[in-house]
Amino acid sequence: MTPEATAAVADRAIVDRPSPLVWIFALVPLLLLAALLALLIRTGPAEMIQGGNVPPVERLAITQVRLEPGRIELSVMNDGPDDVTIAQVIVDDAFWAFEAAPRATLSHLQRTTISIPYPWVHGEAHAVRLLTSTGVTFDREILVAVETPRPSLRFFGIFALIGLYVGVIPVALGLLWYPLMRRIGTGGLQFLLALTVGLLAYLLVDSAHDGLAAAALVPGSYQGTALFVFGAIGAYVVLDLTGAWLANRRRTTLAAGVASGWVLAVLIAIGIGLHNFGEGLAIGSAFALGELGLGTLLIVGFTLHNTTEGLAIVAPLARDGSAARVGIGGLVQLGLIGGVPTILGAWLGAFVYSPLLAVFFLSLGVGAIAQVTRQIVMQSAGQQGLHAYLRRAPVVAGLALGVVIMYGTGLIVG
Amino acid sequence: MKVSRRSWLHFAGFGSLLTGVAAFSRAVTGQTAAAPVPHEGHGGHHGHLLGTVGRVDPIGLDPMVYLRSWNFSHLPPDERVKFYRETPRPDGTTLREYEIFAVDREIEVAPGVRFPAWTYNGEVPGPTIRASEGDRLRVRFLNQGTHPHTIHFHGWHPPEMDGSLPEHEVLPGESFTYEFDAEPAGLHLYHCHSVPLKRHIHKGLYGTFIVDPRGGRPPADEMIMMMNGFDTNFDNENEVYAVNTVANAYMVDPIKVTVGRPVRIYLVNITEFDLINSFHLHGMFFDSFRPGTTMTPSDHTDTIMLCQGERAILETTFRYPGDFMFHAHQSEFAELGWMGLFRAEAAHRDS
Repeated sequence: MTPEATAAVADRAIVDRPSPLVWIFALVPLLLLAALLALLIRTGPAEMIQGGNVPPVERLAITQVRLEPGRIELSVMNDGPDDVTIAQVIVDDAFWAFEAAPRATLSHLQRTTISIPYPWVHGEAHAVRLLTSTGVTFDREILVAVETPRPSLRFFGIFALIGLYVGVIPVALGLLWYPLMRRIGTGGLQFLLALTVGLLAYLLVDSAHDGLAAAALVPGSYQGTALFVFGAIGAYVVLDLTGAWLANRRRTTLAAGVASGWVLAVLIAIGIGLHNFGEGLAIGSAFALGELGLGTLLIVGFTLHNTTEGLAIVAPLARDGSAARVGIGGLVQLGLIGGVPTILGAWLGAFVYSPLLAVFFLSLGVGAIAQVTRQIVMQSAGQQGLHAYLRRAPVVAGLALGVVIMYGTGLIVG
Repeated sequence: MKVSRRSWLHFAGFGSLLTGVAAFSRAVTGQTAAAPVPHEGHGGHHGHLLGTVGRVDPIGLDPMVYLRSWNFSHLPPDERVKFYRETPRPDGTTLREYEIFAVDREIEVAPGVRFPAWTYNGEVPGPTIRASEGDRLRVRFLNQGTHPHTIHFHGWHPPEMDGSLPEHEVLPGESFTYEFDAEPAGLHLYHCHSVPLKRHIHKGLYGTFIVDPRGGRPPADEMIMMMNGFDTNFDNENEVYAVNTVANAYMVDPIKVTVGRPVRIYLVNITEFDLINSFHLHGMFFDSFRPGTTMTPSDHTDTIMLCQGERAILETTFRYPGDFMFHAHQSEFAELGWMGLFRAEAAHRDS
């Protein structure tokens, strides 16, 4: 190193090392903030404005309802700023005995379980109402009373079966188009990739809608919408990085062109897997809450609907051509990534469902799907640019058909 | 979460799907749900899962004291004189003077459930006013509340004593004296007639007004019951129903009566929002005098229906010792607090 370079490095070191003053500059506003908070708590300006003796703001969130034979159990959270005391419980317009454990008075974000020995009627609707000490009421409807499943081997088996029907098998069936795709030529492939983009775009809108709907059900303190949006952005970024990392790893062993197709397929499988996890959560919880009828038509609808997801996963593989065959093992891997989360989601949803969980996973799904959609479009468009790409007949037809297929199969499910 | 978009979650009405859910549930649990809950007969409160949990704070209106007091008879003499004075008049009637004040006060309408009431003399219902036919009533009303209030009596009186028109409203801090003769004999009521009427009534401004016929009624164990309700969340529907304000009060502490001794119930319906209320007595029948203006019973029954402001005097005698339930025969009201027990005990022979 030349003397000049050494001096330059030394200079930078002096500039870069924070002086003790920096810490003081950082801390002063914080100390002042602490003083201000202390002052606010002592003087209570809000009370000065309202003139004291203002009724407390009471907000309870009933986050979960569980039904056992002869018993209704509620999970309750205080979602408001002030303390809330649950004084009485009314079931179907009748005061009823109840126990609150561990507490009946909840401060901000505290939780409790309300246990009501009530002879609920299988298959019928019930209404539970919490009456607080100030006379405010919080209602929860049980649309169809069905005993809440308890975790057991049988229970896991049944929900695994449901997950298999609506997630794993359809995705696997879609994957079986792989050999066909490798034989349909450039135009056909472009059509199929565009079809995939159409399918994914539809899923994106669908997931966003459901995620935001679930966000509306989340207790206000958890800020569901912000959670959803930033969860999606986070998933997008993480998947981008994962894709780059995977591509780097594969490039060391395979030709560059091969890697991108496989990596893209994996990323799509991850995105669809996350989406299916959210779907599994919803299905599991809906069954558990007795809000979902298990009809053959509905299973058929889900199977059709999700088969297209398998197609979306294998489409980028076919583009790589016969030079790099993906074996049965590879296809199975992709199928597992895309489909199995449905089973996990169904398990989780059936006995610990919360809208918060749904928001979280749906937001990850949205971010992931957005990322892979962009990847496919960019790679398909290639050098020609987005505008030229979107004007090609097979592409337009594929996009349109993708959306129509999703809409149509969605109609079957109702 | 396509499930919700496809409205699987809201399929109420699609009966065929229910069978699917049922089959599924049985498959999961291997059993049918909803085992019956043990439910004792009408005997004791402890077996009941129905009803409010806990007891109300003894501070405030005691439904058991309210039940059998009128003209502030529950107060010690030196306290009572502040609110009620009797002066005999030359014609044999009595001048009865009352001090009634309106005041805002939080009351407990079910264990742990507080209600920001508007009250007469700090209690809901307000104090029972009782006179003989032809007595002179002088009711000094002071409004210590935060809204304009009045006292509107049912019964004969000149229009300026009606407490109902805008010019009759007594503003906060002001007072007015209602003066009129107690007529006709019967069971009446009083309530605030300021607008909005619904709010002024359901917030608690009402009470019972009894006019005894000259010579009185035959001796009996007399009690006052006002059927009322409370809209604690202000959605124009009652969350709590009761007689004499406190939900299930007489379920927790049954009203003690004596076998063979006549019982007279002054029953008034002041329930707001609901069209009617009713009174049903188990295992017995009663004579009903509606609204007590004649001495001939209008009915011999075990269930009586009253609209808001309507009232009836009920007379009966307990034949058997034991617990006798009474409640509204609107099951909803009964299960939301309007339910109680008489506990009949054999007479003590102290001779």
